[in-house]
Amino acid sequence: MKTDHSTAYVRQEDAPLLPPPRNETGIIGWFNQNILSLINDFSGIGAAIRSVLMAVGTLAILYYSAHILWALIDFAIIEAVWSDPDELKRVVCTTEIAGGIQHNGWHGACWPLATAKMKFLIYGAYPAEELWRVNITGLVLIIGLVCLMFDRMPYRMHIGISMLTIFPVFAYIMLVGLGDWIGLPYVDTRDWGGVLVTLVVALTGIIASLPLGVVLALGRQSNMPAVRYLCTGFIEFWRGIPLITVLFMASVALPLFLPTGVTIDNLLRALIGVTLFASAYMAEVIRGGLQAIDKGQYEAADALGLGYWKSMRLIILPQALTYVIPGIVNTFIGLFKDTTLVAIIGLFDLLGAAQAAINDAGWSSPVQAITLYLLVATFYFICCFVMSRYSMRLERKLDRSNR
Amino acid sequence: MANNAKLKKQGSEEIVISMNGVNKWFGSFHVLRDINLNVHKGERIIICGPSGSGKSTVIRCLNALEHHQGGDINILGVTLDNNVHNVETVRRDVGMVFQQFNLFPHLSILENCILAPTWVKKMPRAEAVDLAMSLLERVKIPEQAHKYPGQLSGGQQQRVAIARALCMQPEIMLFDEPTSALDPEMIKEVLDVMVGLAETGMTMICVTHEMGFARKVADRVIFMDEGQIIEQNEPEAFFSKPKSDRTKLFLSQVLSH
Repeated sequence: MKTDHSTAYVRQEDAPLLPPPRNETGIIGWFNQNILSLINDFSGIGAAIRSVLMAVGTLAILYYSAHILWALIDFAIIEAVWSDPDELKRVVCTTEIAGGIQHNGWHGACWPLATAKMKFLIYGAYPAEELWRVNITGLVLIIGLVCLMFDRMPYRMHIGISMLTIFPVFAYIMLVGLGDWIGLPYVDTRDWGGVLVTLVVALTGIIASLPLGVVLALGRQSNMPAVRYLCTGFIEFWRGIPLITVLFMASVALPLFLPTGVTIDNLLRALIGVTLFASAYMAEVIRGGLQAIDKGQYEAADALGLGYWKSMRLIILPQALTYVIPGIVNTFIGLFKDTTLVAIIGLFDLLGAAQAAINDAGWSSPVQAITLYLLVATFYFICCFVMSRYSMRLERKLDRSNR
Repeated sequence: MANNAKLKKQGSEEIVISMNGVNKWFGSFHVLRDINLNVHKGERIIICGPSGSGKSTVIRCLNALEHHQGGDINILGVTLDNNVHNVETVRRDVGMVFQQFNLFPHLSILENCILAPTWVKKMPRAEAVDLAMSLLERVKIPEQAHKYPGQLSGGQQQRVAIARALCMQPEIMLFDEPTSALDPEMIKEVLDVMVGLAETGMTMICVTHEMGFARKVADRVIFMDEGQIIEQNEPEAFFSKPKSDRTKLFLSQVLSH
């Protein structure tokens, strides 16, 4: 049929529905769009130079990525020493020229060192006969967290509330103790260390800073000037000083202001400092979410007679917190890694414990530090990566407006 | 005009809304100037006027979304003042529908509807669900109850917004340009719901540019300009024999197309 666009025209039959061109889908399509299209444009001198540079750059990046990955695998797995059956300690991880048993030029991880120090890295100097208390606390924590990750878990709500209310009390009793009479002798927090301290500081900070942050963010937006100025002042104060300063102040300066005889546990001081510090950041993240809420949502809630607290709890905060999940988790991850700073006030968190293990002359070798740092880095990476992935899942789950 | 089936004139003697000498300023801008208005129970009032004339502000003062700075507003015997309790009492009995729907996007349609009855009126959940479903039926979208607002068209969302307001079983309904944000083909479905509501004898105050709707349901049409009530009359007289020049100019502009 001849089509004349200059006059009235009526379509007689539908144009066919066709699949997309082959070279735009699948792996080939991806390669064409993302790689080939950048390096095969030779339509002019400028385009040709760009294409060549792009090709060279791509190859260079591929080469160095593979190189680094290989070096890591080589060090951590292939060349690594895995066992030390004869208890040779440093000898098993040093080269012949330095008095060891490895061939000269050897460079690999010394995993027997990590095994030997594992208990210290996890518990610090926690008394050996009381370690079961830490293990049970950790087990309850892991079971609770795993339960919360499944949406269809029965009594999920109850588990969640228990984890936020009963578990902290339980953990306190288990870790600190009640006294000999009940079989839970006190363990001084100066003996705590390693992963135990890292998790105690990080989880306390994470759990306490979120509600505190919500309160501060709402306070900063309050109509009441006194509340607003107080919250703004609090937030700006804690954001304005470095965490190291906070920790030093808590550890060194605070006792000077307390009456003689009154002492506050060093770990507790660090916990309070970290929590207040993190809550100021949290407040600003949440305030960002509050500002993203359309004014109409506040008005609709008001018009239905919900009142301030109900409209915040039921309408505004659920939406605001969903908007800023990436920011909240970002703050959590930052907080988790910042816990390493407590090492400078004499608490042996994971990094602090690793530092101590590195200084053990019995294991002295050139790979001693690298091995332990690699281990510590892996631990932090796994924890942070899990948080990051979980936040992405949560975002997808809660993103109902775009479904 | 003749083939528009006109609703029976409604409105008893009982006054449910009275505004006496109400004044309001946005900064130094005098947005409402000496507004005097009495609304009887069951009366249907349409407020029209050019943009910026203060018509939205008037109805937003009626449920204290805006606070007036002079004069008195009395709703169902409660004086609107700085007393939070009074404001909440009034808001329970005054429903509002917004131009932008303002549904809660994180809640399903049904949850949107039962939220206020269960939390504000402490209605048992089962009862609230029954009420919500019957009202969703009335606005003709019961099958959408478990979807989320983002999955609905504008017209459907606005009908849900009407049902949500009705779930509080209000005495008075306020409509702030309910069809202005809708695509033309969706305006009718919303207006049909509003006509149905008018037939039930609900006291309604509606800011709108839909003059056909005004003719059909209004007991009284109010024309506002520059923060003042310029003219008010029964729709027949208002549209056929406007008295003020400003009304004539406005009507010539909105009725010409």
